[in-house]
Amino acid sequence: MKVSSSPFRAQLRAELQILARNGEQLLLTLIIPVILLVFFGTTDVLPTGFDDHMDFLTPGIIALAIMSSSMVSLGIATGFERSYKVLKRLGVTPLGRPRWLAAKIVTVLLMQIVQLIILIPVALLLDWQSDDAQWLLAVAAVAVGSVAFAGLGLFIAGRLRAEINLAAQNGLYLLLLLLGGMVIPFDELPAPVAAVAKVLPSGALADVLRDALVGQADRPGTSWIVLGIWAVLTPVIAAATFRWE
Amino acid sequence: MLPAPTTKVRGVSVDVPSFSRINRDEPSLVVDHLSVRYGDLVAVDAVSFSAYAGQVTAVLGPNGAGKTSTIEVCEGLRRASSGHVRVLGLDPTKDHRALANEMGVMLQEGGIYPSARPIDVVRQFCGLYGSGKTQFANPQELIDLVGLTERQKTSWRRLSGGEKQRLSLALALASQPRIIFLDEPTSGVDVNGRATIRDIIRRLADDGVTVILATHELDEAEKICDRVVIFDKGKVLVEGTLDDVRKARRTVRLRTVRPLMLDDMPENLAGWLIEDAPCDYSIEDAPQGLIAALAVWLSERGIDVVELRTGMASLEDVFKKLTGGES
Repeated sequence: MKVSSSPFRAQLRAELQILARNGEQLLLTLIIPVILLVFFGTTDVLPTGFDDHMDFLTPGIIALAIMSSSMVSLGIATGFERSYKVLKRLGVTPLGRPRWLAAKIVTVLLMQIVQLIILIPVALLLDWQSDDAQWLLAVAAVAVGSVAFAGLGLFIAGRLRAEINLAAQNGLYLLLLLLGGMVIPFDELPAPVAAVAKVLPSGALADVLRDALVGQADRPGTSWIVLGIWAVLTPVIAAATFRWE
Repeated sequence: MLPAPTTKVRGVSVDVPSFSRINRDEPSLVVDHLSVRYGDLVAVDAVSFSAYAGQVTAVLGPNGAGKTSTIEVCEGLRRASSGHVRVLGLDPTKDHRALANEMGVMLQEGGIYPSARPIDVVRQFCGLYGSGKTQFANPQELIDLVGLTERQKTSWRRLSGGEKQRLSLALALASQPRIIFLDEPTSGVDVNGRATIRDIIRRLADDGVTVILATHELDEAEKICDRVVIFDKGKVLVEGTLDDVRKARRTVRLRTVRPLMLDDMPENLAGWLIEDAPCDYSIEDAPQGLIAALAVWLSERGIDVVELRTGMASLEDVFKKLTGGES
């Protein structure tokens, strides 16, 4: 029987197996973004203000997918691992926190690659024109956004009981979906709500992705700064407050 | 290295993995004036004891006695408030990585993701010890050893309580440990499963592994342990070999056909008798000559004796005496 030759690979393999066996995470990270992309892509009911509504929708749905994998999926899984004492059990093995975290990061990255491999062709099939896309900038946006959302997800997972964490992550997902500028433009929100939404990581990520993929951002410079601040603050806060048991 | 012993698990012969051997004379676990405090609460109060390679050391005590806190310090999961602990000569906190490579741990409950399958999680744990070993433990052998062959592809949440415990034991063996901490390993396990676990624990000790067994199940502990440490209210009440602890509390069991009138009995006899039930008496730590004098007195009065037996106290008797009966 084959055994992984390093603790990191053994842990990564276990993370991927658990991910594959948890259907609800696949629903959240893959199926819901695809359904939203196809529904809004084919109906054109969103008041996007863009000439081509797919230019608004594609970056927004990619931002939503990144949020679902790096915040909700990671946060829910980690919360349950804390509750089931999986983290405590791993704490008495030679794995160590850096390799545990590395396995988590690579799992999220692999999930995001799968998300993009599915979402981008679907968007192209819905007549999204990717001619102006700056892919390297988009990858940078995804990376910074992932750090910000992962920090947020782990902060919540590291403090709350598993069941409350589950509700909180899903509730936050829904809230940011509605307020985040991902599928509903900031201009359609009441002014005070829009002001708040623009400083949330979801709105900032959607905005920088629109800058990178279609060159039509609301305020790209500010959004990069907002996203960068979230990406620095949330991991630091998560690391300082995380309770392993 | 001894040849790998063979054991039978549910009719299937399997090789018990060979484990490293170490010096059996030096203590492999030394707990020296250990204290653990949570705020104002003193959970462990200047506790000292030792455990040796090749022996099963049972750590006993009522709930809240300080057993788990002490063991978690030994495992490196918790820091000592004061005192020292050395495990295999290592500091559990400072040398955690080195110790983790040599240590097996079975938590009292949990530790496994509910959707995970036994074969996958055992393979994962064998891999986690990959960088610290010249040879991996074989996942399939471990699954076979704990009797989960037919359930190896069933998710953890669908396993019975006993099967979960046996899987947890398999994970503790994945490190091919020199010291293993087992927290209530037979809790919720059926009779056959208990025998399997007992057999594995005994073989581990016979092959030189230091086994630390925390349990409430005194009869199980008595069957396999070599040493005993009894905790109560954060302190160690007694520590020693099982025989020494039991010998220190020699008992006499006396059962008669009819109840004795203790008031009619001479004080030098009646003062020793404890009435456990009508016609059922016990004497603890009987001085020399007492049993003979009692037998003569009963005979002279024509009182028929159903049973008059001397012997060591059971571990349960010792435990109840020391802790006031709470287990």
